[in-house]
Amino acid sequence: MIEVKKWVRVARVVWCAALVGFGVPPVAEAQLQVDITSGVTAPIPIAIEDFSADPKPSAEVIRRNLMRSGRFLVGERTASDYLVTGRASAGADGRTTIDFELLNLLTGQRLLIERISAAPAAWRNAAHRISDRLYQKIIGARSAFATRIAYVSVDGQPPSQRYQLIVADSDGENAKVILQSRLPLMSPAWSPDGEWLAYVSFETRTASVYVQRVRTAERRRVSSRPGVNNAPTWSPDGSRLALTLSSPGGNLDVYVLELASGALTRLTDHPAIDTEPVWSLDGTQVYFTSDRAGGPQIYRLSIEPGSRPQRITFSGSYNARPRVSPDGRMLAMVTREEGAYRIAVQDLGNGTVRVLSKGRQDESPYFSPDGGTLVYAARERSQGVLATVSADGLIAQRLAADRGEVREPAWGPFLPDVVAVQ
Amino acid sequence: MKKLIAVAALLGLLAACKSPPPIKPDAGADLANKSEASAIAQPDDSAGPVSAGEVGASSETAVALPPELANRTVVYFAFDSDAISADDQALLAAHAQFLGSRPGLRVRLEGHTDERGTREYNIGLSERRAQAVRRVLGLQGVADSRLTTVSYGEERPAVAGEDESAYSRNRRVEIVYVAGG
Repeated sequence: MIEVKKWVRVARVVWCAALVGFGVPPVAEAQLQVDITSGVTAPIPIAIEDFSADPKPSAEVIRRNLMRSGRFLVGERTASDYLVTGRASAGADGRTTIDFELLNLLTGQRLLIERISAAPAAWRNAAHRISDRLYQKIIGARSAFATRIAYVSVDGQPPSQRYQLIVADSDGENAKVILQSRLPLMSPAWSPDGEWLAYVSFETRTASVYVQRVRTAERRRVSSRPGVNNAPTWSPDGSRLALTLSSPGGNLDVYVLELASGALTRLTDHPAIDTEPVWSLDGTQVYFTSDRAGGPQIYRLSIEPGSRPQRITFSGSYNARPRVSPDGRMLAMVTREEGAYRIAVQDLGNGTVRVLSKGRQDESPYFSPDGGTLVYAARERSQGVLATVSADGLIAQRLAADRGEVREPAWGPFLPDVVAVQ
Repeated sequence: MKKLIAVAALLGLLAACKSPPPIKPDAGADLANKSEASAIAQPDDSAGPVSAGEVGASSETAVALPPELANRTVVYFAFDSDAISADDQALLAAHAQFLGSRPGLRVRLEGHTDERGTREYNIGLSERRAQAVRRVLGLQGVADSRLTTVSYGEERPAVAGEDESAYSRNRRVEIVYVAGG
C-alpha cells in the first residue's frame, strides 16, 4: 500500500541559475521553480552520473526530471538500484551524440544501451528524451518530459498589468514569451500537432480569438465578432475550433468554427451561459459548462445538428471548465467544495468524482499527454502559481514563478522526436 | 546491440531558423481597434533569444465629462448578481442625459467579475453585467448603436486582493466614453 508523504522542499531547484548562457533570453519573464510537495513513500533509488565529455549539463536535467516525477530518489551509486552512465561525443556534422546505458545494480543486467544525437541547441530536448526512455524502461509507463507547457504570466499591479503568453519545456526551462500585451491574454489551447496555440486577446479592447504558430509567430485572427469571443479548443483533427460567442443581446453559446473556411456552426441555443467547450477524443461530442440548471454544471452534446445536451455532473453546486483525459475515460474540472475551488476528476464510466487538490482558488486543469499528471493554476500567498498533481492524487508539485504570477497552463501534446535515438 | 528507435525532425532544429520580426495584429474595423500586443517568434533552436518589444502607447483619447459624472463611471454589483441598484439607475440616467447632449460620443461598457470561479465562465457573468447596464441606458433613450460591450471576466481587476473589500470593487461595469462615431 502506498501512502502520501510530505517532502517539503526536498528538491527546491532554481533552474535558471545553473545554466547561465543557455536559454535565458534577455526578455524578463516568469521563470518557474519546482517544489515537490508530496511523493510516493518508496521512490526508486537511482544514480545518474555526469556524462563524460558532455559540454552541457544533460545528466543534471535528467536527475531533476526523475526527481520531479516523484517516483525516483536520485542519489549515490552505492545507495541505488539503478545506474545511468553516458558519454558525449561531437560528430563531424556538428551534432552531439550521447551514448547512455541503464544498469540494474541488483542483477547486473544492462537494461538499455542507446545512442541519441541532437543539434547543439537541442541538447535539452535530448536530455528530456533520455529521461522518457529511462522512465519507460523502469516504471513501465510513458512519461512526458519531452513536451511543453504554455501559460499566461501577469505582472504589475492593477490597472497597469502586463500580460504574457509563454511557452516552456515541461520542467519550466527554456521559457519564451510568444506574445505580450497590456491588455488581457487568456485561454491558451494547443493544436493537436503541437504547432499552434489558440488563445483570446483583448489587445484591441475587444475580445478576439487568434491562432499563432509557436515557432514563427505567424498568427491569424480567426474570430472577432461583436461581444464575446472566448474559450477556444481544437478538434482532435486540428481542423476546427470549438469556442464561445455571444448574441447581440449578450447570450453566450457554444459554436464550432472551421478554420480553413471560416464556416461557423452553432452548437447550443439556450438563454443560459454556455461556455468552456472541449472535444471528446473522437471529435463527435463536446463537453461544456452551462448554468441552465442554476449554477454551472458540465454537459455533453453531440455535434450532430438537433442533438440535446446531457448533464453529466451532479455532485456539488459548481462544476466547470472540463478537460478530457488522453484515454477519454476521465474528465478533469473545477469543483466548488466548502467555498473553495478545487481540481476534481470524474470517471466518465461510473461517475465517481475525486477531488485532487487542496487549495482555495485552484483552476484551469489540463492533462499531461500521457494522462498521468494534471497541471493547474493555484493561488499561494496571494500569488498565482502552477501546480501539478498525479492523476492518482499521490504526487504533487508546485511550479512557482520568480516574479509576477502565472496561470492557465496548457500542456502540449507529445511531439515527434527531434533527436535520433538508436 | 543498438536498435533504431526513432528518427524524425520536428522543430526545425537542424536548420538554424532565423526569427522573423514581431508581427503586429491585423487592423480591423472595430471601435478603438488599436493594438496593445505584439507577437514574438519562438525559434526552437534557441540560437538567438528574440527580444520582445511592446507596441502601442496605451491610452485612448480621454473624453472630458461634466463634473457630476467625471468620477462616477463605474457601476458595482453584488456577488453573483447583475442587478443594478436604484442609485446606479439614477447615475445611468444622468449618463444617458449627457449622451443625449453629445451625439458624437459612444460608450463602451466593460464588464468585470471578482476572481472567484473559472475564468471563462466569469466572462459570461461579466457579459451579463455589461448587458444589464446596456439595457438601462437603452431604456433611458440611448441608441443601441452607440453602445458596445466587452467582457473581461476576472482578467482585469481594479484592485488586487483576496477579500470581500477587493472583490466588491472588482465586480463592476466601467463606462468608457469614446469620441467619434
